[in-house]
Amino acid sequence: MATMVQPERVKVTVKDLKGKVDPDWCPGCGDFGVLAALKQAIVEVGLAPHEVLTVSGIGCSSNLPGYLNTYGMHTLHGRAVAVATGAQLGNHELKIVVTGGDGDGYGIGGNHFVHAMRRNVDLTYIVMNNQVYGLTTGQLSPTSVKGMQTKSTPFGSVENPINPIPLAIAAGATYVARGFTGQQKHLIELIKGGLEHKGFALIDAFSPCVTYNHDNTNEFFKQRTRKLEEMGHDPTNFQAAMEQGCQWGEIIPIGLFWKREDLPTLDQLEPVLSKGGPLAHRPLGVAPEIAQALIKELM
Amino acid sequence: MKRIDLAIGIGGAAGQGIATPGDILARIFVRRGLHVNAYNAYQSIIRGGHIFLTLRTSDQPVLSHGDKLDVLLPLNQDTMNRHLRLMRAGSAVLFNSDTIKPGAVAEGVQLCPFSVKALAPTIRGDLVQNTIALAALLRLIKVEFEILEEILTLQFRRKGAAAVAENVSVARAGYDHAAAHFTALPFSLPDPAKPLAFFEGNQALAMGGAAAGVRFYCAYPMSPASGVLHWMARHARQLGIMVRQVEDEIGVINMAIGAAHTGCRAMCATSGGGFALMSEALGAAAMMEIPVVCINVQRAGPATGVPTKTEQGDLWQVLGAGQGDYPRIIVAPTSIVDCFKIVPQLFNLVDKFQCPGIILSDLLLSEGRSSIDPAELDFNVPIDRGELIGLNGDGGSVNGGFKRYLVTQSGISPRALPGTPGYAHVVATDEHDEDGVLISDEFTDPHKRQASHEKRMRKMDGVLPLLPGPELHGAADAQVTLLGWGSTEGVIREAMEQLADTGVVANNLQIRWLVPLHGEAIVSILSRCRKVVVVENNYSGQFARYLRAETGFTAAGHIRKYDGEPFMPHHIVDGVKAILEGATKLYVPVHEIQV
Repeated sequence: MATMVQPERVKVTVKDLKGKVDPDWCPGCGDFGVLAALKQAIVEVGLAPHEVLTVSGIGCSSNLPGYLNTYGMHTLHGRAVAVATGAQLGNHELKIVVTGGDGDGYGIGGNHFVHAMRRNVDLTYIVMNNQVYGLTTGQLSPTSVKGMQTKSTPFGSVENPINPIPLAIAAGATYVARGFTGQQKHLIELIKGGLEHKGFALIDAFSPCVTYNHDNTNEFFKQRTRKLEEMGHDPTNFQAAMEQGCQWGEIIPIGLFWKREDLPTLDQLEPVLSKGGPLAHRPLGVAPEIAQALIKELM
Repeated sequence: MKRIDLAIGIGGAAGQGIATPGDILARIFVRRGLHVNAYNAYQSIIRGGHIFLTLRTSDQPVLSHGDKLDVLLPLNQDTMNRHLRLMRAGSAVLFNSDTIKPGAVAEGVQLCPFSVKALAPTIRGDLVQNTIALAALLRLIKVEFEILEEILTLQFRRKGAAAVAENVSVARAGYDHAAAHFTALPFSLPDPAKPLAFFEGNQALAMGGAAAGVRFYCAYPMSPASGVLHWMARHARQLGIMVRQVEDEIGVINMAIGAAHTGCRAMCATSGGGFALMSEALGAAAMMEIPVVCINVQRAGPATGVPTKTEQGDLWQVLGAGQGDYPRIIVAPTSIVDCFKIVPQLFNLVDKFQCPGIILSDLLLSEGRSSIDPAELDFNVPIDRGELIGLNGDGGSVNGGFKRYLVTQSGISPRALPGTPGYAHVVATDEHDEDGVLISDEFTDPHKRQASHEKRMRKMDGVLPLLPGPELHGAADAQVTLLGWGSTEGVIREAMEQLADTGVVANNLQIRWLVPLHGEAIVSILSRCRKVVVVENNYSGQFARYLRAETGFTAAGHIRKYDGEPFMPHHIVDGVKAILEGATKLYVPVHEIQV
């Protein structure tokens, strides 16, 4: 944060990151694990609370910014990525973390999600994927598996779910990972990797809903998840990343599927940001000679 | 009094190159200090259809595109067929007699045929017709050939000396043909005076944004608002403005809000359909208390409606945009130059009150063009960012405990920018307390909800005294008061002049600031008026209904137009007469020309 008056750098602890209130998630909710992992990752990466802007949409998991002592924006349902993109371009020295759920990000926010990835906006996007709508009391989500019975699909869903991993790889995300809240250390490493990655990082985190999803439970994932890192997966291999991303069955891979470091981010590509610091801190006003030039165009 | 008042109509199919002769004429006029107003009637088509540009010039400010044409320049038969019957004595019609045949013509209309084949036998291409026509037209209004020669030389310079010579020689042939065969019109360019500038409403809005210090502009292309995006994109690097084309209008407004939250002045523009998509986020900006400016350039609705036609049909959409009550400022600029001036004013207000601001323009203003004294384009405007902490990274000192939504008498709470050490906080679209802590989920708290809601809404009390009050234009004791809002100011004032010529004294109250509304001041003025007629470009009298809802005031008569085309002065004149005669309370003019 070059233009900031820097206070002396004090070591931030997990305790410093505690928000003003405690989470109101159901006991046993996977989201507790994501919050804990995010705090730990922020500490380990060495970010101060004021350097981070956490942006969320609406849903159980989108309440997360309120439980974290950083700058936060609790925006509208589905709009976190769009808001975060504007914030990232407004102040590209902020570390911007987007948090939310599968319905928020892959459903109502799907358009912003796809376009932010193709633009390679420098965001760390953590999706707490519980494959169900929780806050609206248990309806089908875009990641609910085919056949799932919910309040909105009492006879079982006939639709195929979205698969965010190959979608993200194809759309242009440059860091694509999947974690599981039952594997905390692994999840922390994935989030740290996302925070340190320059570019759009997706961390899809299985965060089981203990209240409304009785199919995809903690136990379900414990039995099936296998770490890519232990499977000899090469995250720079596009073919392998797509193939692993499409696996869903007795083995569900978690870990880093895909990473590219050679692609510039949107803020790096935009000449307006090439010098002069964050846009938000630049003085307003048009220099007299530029004003004259603008008027001359009209003469 | 006007010594010069000349209107030229140029029409043809899209793709026939109407814009270029129009631009050349406008430039010739404004460089001699003449005022110009131009309105282009067009369709949603890239090639074909009927495009009709009306360009009117005068030694006095031109308030509208007027009622009549002095010169008609039809570039195809269709234009001839549509417009010839409306040409009146004293006017001239210039046309390529190789391809276009005139029909029945009123007495006193001068038909001015020229043959492209005869005048330019060796040159191919459709645009040669335009060059000859333009040259003949300039001769008809006694503009020196050297002026055209200079313009053509500049225009064709890049294509080489041969192209310049060819075009100049063709123009010369057309010019000489006109000198030999046509009777010149009673017009002459005045002596060189202070040149004026010439610009479009959308350019004015964009330049107003630049003057205000907009650092972030984003949009999704939508007629008739895209002109703002085009200007911003072209000047982004020169001015240090981040300009983005976004996936949809929901993304647009949310992205603008994100940039605004970091401290950028952020703006976006759209038309009614895009604005509909933005509605929820405008409420979000108000709830999070983030200043952002959104421009709605109205076109004829509903739905896709008539994308290339004008209307003032979005007033109630904008008034009702978004769920719940929330503070916002809505303004409708009344002229093209007002488009420029209103933007910095609105930004200062939204920064001060930390709420969204909406500019309600329309196709007539945004795509209409007007001359302007360059001295009026003052970029050195006052900037007031309001109670902002952390601009330039300067946060002062704080020992924690920052309350983003501190309840204050004014409703305004100090706002800290993300990145400022010591002020970390969460802004939320859920209802929240002074700390930004949600009170919507676990324990909804009616008292805190009421306090937060009142704090936000209280800001509106502070806005009203800062807005200039309504002012009556014209004689205080007029027989009739024409009440309008936004873009209709020019045409209403021209209608007033025409009414005066027929012995009817009218005045005008034009409303610019819509929310908050100076309701008491408006009614205080109107209650002293003899007969109030509301003039608006929509079906249901949206402003008349709004004024009645806010103040209980009911107007005596209404003039409404909703065929897609803007008012011409005589539409209002005819309406006023019909209402004064008691023939009707609601007058809807018929647009004579099929454009």
